[in-house]
Amino acid sequence: MAEAASAPRPVASPGFGGAVARSLWPILVGFALAYAIQMALAPMLPDFYGKLLVDIGIAIVLGVSLGIVNGFAGQFSLGHAGFMAIGGYTAAAIVYYGSIKLFGTKAIYGGSLGPGELLLLAGCIAGGLLAAAAGWLVGLPSLRLSGDYLAIVTLGFGEIVRVLLQQTDDVVVAQAKAEATDWWRLLDNLGGGLGFIGGPRYIDAKNPFWVWLVVVVVCLVAYRMKYSNRGRQLLAVRENEIAAEAMGIRTTRAKVSAFMWSAFFAGVGGGLYAHELGNSLRPADLGFQKSIDIVIIVVLGGMGSISGVCIAAVAVTLLPEVFRSFSEYRMIVYALALILMMILRPQGLLGVKELWEVEWRDVGRSIGALPAWLGRAPGRAVAWLGGVGRDLARLPARVVSVFTGRDPDDEEGDA
Amino acid sequence: MTAPALAARGLSKSFGGLKAVDALTIDVPHGALYGLIGPNGAGKTTVFNLLTGVYTPDAGTVSVGGALMTGKKPSDIARAGMVRTFQNIRLFGDLTVLDNVRIAAGVRARAGMFRSLLRTPLYLREEAEIRARSRHLLDVLGIGHRADEVAKSLPYGDQRRLEIARALATQPKVLLLDEPVAGMNTGEKQAMRGLIQLLREQFDVSILLIEHDMGLVMDICEHITVIDHGVTIAQGEPAAIQSDPAVIEAYLGVPDDLAAADQEGG
Repeated sequence: MAEAASAPRPVASPGFGGAVARSLWPILVGFALAYAIQMALAPMLPDFYGKLLVDIGIAIVLGVSLGIVNGFAGQFSLGHAGFMAIGGYTAAAIVYYGSIKLFGTKAIYGGSLGPGELLLLAGCIAGGLLAAAAGWLVGLPSLRLSGDYLAIVTLGFGEIVRVLLQQTDDVVVAQAKAEATDWWRLLDNLGGGLGFIGGPRYIDAKNPFWVWLVVVVVCLVAYRMKYSNRGRQLLAVRENEIAAEAMGIRTTRAKVSAFMWSAFFAGVGGGLYAHELGNSLRPADLGFQKSIDIVIIVVLGGMGSISGVCIAAVAVTLLPEVFRSFSEYRMIVYALALILMMILRPQGLLGVKELWEVEWRDVGRSIGALPAWLGRAPGRAVAWLGGVGRDLARLPARVVSVFTGRDPDDEEGDA
Repeated sequence: MTAPALAARGLSKSFGGLKAVDALTIDVPHGALYGLIGPNGAGKTTVFNLLTGVYTPDAGTVSVGGALMTGKKPSDIARAGMVRTFQNIRLFGDLTVLDNVRIAAGVRARAGMFRSLLRTPLYLREEAEIRARSRHLLDVLGIGHRADEVAKSLPYGDQRRLEIARALATQPKVLLLDEPVAGMNTGEKQAMRGLIQLLREQFDVSILLIEHDMGLVMDICEHITVIDHGVTIAQGEPAAIQSDPAVIEAYLGVPDDLAAADQEGG
């Protein structure tokens, strides 16, 4: 075939060691980065900012993971908190009951990278895997749907998880009793509506290491996914599902795969969330509202932009703190910011682009146009209010006309 | 003789009471340029949807190179070597021109998600091959200089070229072109005609062309099937088709035949 004539540029074979190094070096860099944050940055920060740093990290994990399914594959999921809850509760159960059975204590066990933290890691990964399995279960039937229908199914899924968790029994608080009970009998003791209380909190203002390691991993996975052949297939499904299918892409399989990866990292994020000091792991905290919070991060940052979602995660975590001084009004400011964003930039902060792909000249032009837009806004608002005023002024006459009975055509128009 | 590149036997499809396609039989030989024409509403696009698995036929079979395709999903039929373009262009609009082609070029890549995330040697090899092949295709189709532009920002003619490039990137045995010159001016039509002939020379592909415009098909196709209201009314070489009274009637109508005029209107 003629198109094979231009032989592909051969890739130099680096040998096994080289291949492994090329594959995993960003993880090592991430490990070093997370370690630096833990050892250098966190000790310097007051606890208030240290906790924010952890919250930002968890928000990034959740936002970027949702971005895989909402942004890359274009499937609107409203059940992300459900996956987070599955991961969180799985990790909490493994770490809490596991600590009692393995280490004989409910408290933090071992130091940095010690047995306790490794149990946390195992719990988070197990939580992620269980969440991914749930993603497969939910995705296989429902990803044949699209748009609003898929959103409704995922919303329902999140609510089912929340209600199921509310039905569970109390956490076994007495250590001796937990030790005496077989582990499979403890699977239902997840705290019910009160929440899973009492587990060791490995993550706090001074210990952000695991959160930021996961941040690096999730960003790396999302980045490599987006710029790979498989990832482009997801983007193709988002752009035009019919054309994607016609080009030979197995669209349902691609969507389910995206859903599972997204769920996996949501589960890991949930596991981290469950072990952060100051968080309560209650079904009510991981309901619909939480899903919406994560959706907002993705929508603000840009559906399909990893760096955009990271920026939005930082902003959405910091904004409420900035406005805490007039906290009664902060939700209003928050909502207004969202409305403004939807009017001015419905594709989100960065759209589908990454930070390094943005053409800054265009950004300058948009910002330059902003004052003019704002200048026109009062005029438009006045015109709109004028329209409302006119309608109100006409209202009495309309009400009267209903009773006096004008000709039927007019009445139909008024109704 | 080997099996034809594409064979449809007795293909039928009804929507409610309407027979959209009725017992269509076509054989596209290897390397052929085959035309399927008919007036508006004749059922041409329904034929494409039947061939590519978007619709399941009520009766009849479709086979590509002898392998039965009936009942398979569109993605599996594309993987088996029959791929289409769309009359109403369906590009991956927000992606670059290169990415549009790369997506199609990578559809049979073996590296799965795990290998992609780990960037294993197999993945890197495939990715380099996909990129080189896509660039080459864009150059052949004359849109190589637009590789980094966003697909939806291309001019109309180039969007059609990109659709063809994307289809070719899947390395098809059979290429289905759905009205490739629809909405084009005379100059663009000439260019597209040259391009279609170039495809035959450069790629080992059989082409089935749906057209509403008689002129193009008469000029470049060596076999033609004419359908009207789903029924095959003529089949043969361009010269024979041109003088076929049934074809002339379908296209121009017969003034004193009120029933035919009615059907045209519907």
